[in-house]
Amino acid sequence: MRKADKTIISLLVALVLLLATSPVLPKWFSFLIAISLAEGLVTLGLVVLKRAGLISFGQGLYYCLGGYAVGIVGQYGGISNALALILCALVVGGLVSALVGLLLCRYRDIFFAMLTLAFSMILYGVLANTASLGSTDGFGVVPIGFFGWHPASQRLGLVVYLLICVLAVGSAMLVHRYFSAGMGWAGEAIRENEIRVEYLGISPQKILYFKYIVAALLAALGGALAAFASGHVDPNMAYWTTSGDFVFMMLLGGSANVAAPFIGAFIFEVIRTFAFDFVPYTWHMILGIVLLLIILFQPNGLWALFSKLSKKKAGVV
Amino acid sequence: MPIILQTRSLSKSFGAVIAAADINVTVNEQEIVGVIGSNGAGKTTFINMVTGYLKPSEGAIFFRDRNITGLSPRQVTRTGICRSFQVAQLFPELTVLENMLVASNMLSGRPLSWQRPLKTAAAIEAARTSLAEYQIEEYAETLAATLPQGVRKLLDIAMATVGKPALLLLDEPTSGVAIEEKFDLMENIMEVVQRSGVTCLFVEHDMEIISKYASRVIAFYEGRIIADGPTEQTLASPDVKEFIIGTELHRQGEPPETSHRSQASSNPEAKNLIPRPQYS
Repeated sequence: MRKADKTIISLLVALVLLLATSPVLPKWFSFLIAISLAEGLVTLGLVVLKRAGLISFGQGLYYCLGGYAVGIVGQYGGISNALALILCALVVGGLVSALVGLLLCRYRDIFFAMLTLAFSMILYGVLANTASLGSTDGFGVVPIGFFGWHPASQRLGLVVYLLICVLAVGSAMLVHRYFSAGMGWAGEAIRENEIRVEYLGISPQKILYFKYIVAALLAALGGALAAFASGHVDPNMAYWTTSGDFVFMMLLGGSANVAAPFIGAFIFEVIRTFAFDFVPYTWHMILGIVLLLIILFQPNGLWALFSKLSKKKAGVV
Repeated sequence: MPIILQTRSLSKSFGAVIAAADINVTVNEQEIVGVIGSNGAGKTTFINMVTGYLKPSEGAIFFRDRNITGLSPRQVTRTGICRSFQVAQLFPELTVLENMLVASNMLSGRPLSWQRPLKTAAAIEAARTSLAEYQIEEYAETLAATLPQGVRKLLDIAMATVGKPALLLLDEPTSGVAIEEKFDLMENIMEVVQRSGVTCLFVEHDMEIISKYASRVIAFYEGRIIADGPTEQTLASPDVKEFIIGTELHRQGEPPETSHRSQASSNPEAKNLIPRPQYS
């Protein structure tokens, strides 16, 4: 119980720090944090699946659906209320995952991973060939407002940043609560021994179905928030390399705590930004080397360093 | 005592191989029944059919007058039948306490909660009490993967009984345990079984254990029941002596590798089974 409280308190402290420092942060840096948090939400969804023993290479599907739902409803539906747009993204993500999940929860391992990838690539193909939605170029997202209030364009970035911080931390707290509840533990149990779960009177398939939907909702929320932050959506959000980036972020951060995927996403974005600046033609190589080092020396992600440190502090070692 | 489990003409075949044929078993409430038979006699097939892991080719299974034939394992579990496994089925990377907490939460009959913590003080205390019943509380914080074999078996059974089942099926509860520990282990299990009043069917190779704990014995041979009655009477039956007890004694030495055994390993469907040629 104490551990649970510690995570919630740490998340609240992080939120206060993020909000308090917002006026003094350089614009590029607050954008980096905002995008990292949006991507961190998608990665948090991957952690939900990973804890149940599943790896998805297709979370880009829901990331993209969330972004496009916001873009399309804003552009063609004339809605600019951020909360209504987010709700649209969640509904679309929820409905599609409820349908796709019916098939996917029957598969495990590489079959699950490849099917998720296949579905995301289908969406990519459809969007890249839809001229009315800008084909591969995508289209712009309308500036958001809140119940009739429209922030001035020079303050929009800050408003979006604050919104993303609140929603990312809020979601992390909810998922933390979920992980410590029976439903969360059921994932660990399924990963460890599906047969035993079945003999405890629970359907692993049903649990995984719910987990798939939770992961999709987080990804759709992440996609919507990323669209707010960048003001643009394009089919690349569903491309398999984008989904691969999320897996990278998960490996980087680890899956032992809800904060880990956000840390993974942030470090990934920092590496990508600086590697691209310093070595524009070989930045992929830098990412590759980092991934290699993580797998070799920190296979449980960077979060494992935190747990090691806190254990040392507590004298457990 | 009223009947708790009844199977009628239960059969299971894998292609041409018959794993169980015409199994008619009636178990009364609170009975403790021993199931004997050499390897491949159909004991595990019988348990697998009753618990829904295998669908019978023919016949029917009734649990307290309810036809449970063809139900899935989880549906069978929800009716009140729980089982343990020949190879303990645990959650290896969770601690013993977490194994118990997950098991008791799942077997509670309530839908799994999305937000109520699993590790409440009350749940932990209840789980520790269950572990204490089997005298394995000292392992509460140990990872299940690192447990000694005897403790693994006890945890497996503790997880099966935490939901207070009406019928408990134990598949070779002492297998893989050192011979000197077998009696302690069985004593431990049977104490809980007798105290809780659960009806229990257990598969066992050790005739001493059978004689000590079973009030009735069912003997399987080549997929059929060759004897069923009070323990002493069944163990004294000439067929049981010839086909089972003789073989069990032989097991102490070099186990004979038969051609049937190699068939089993080539049949992916027939896990834990040692198929035999079709009856003529």
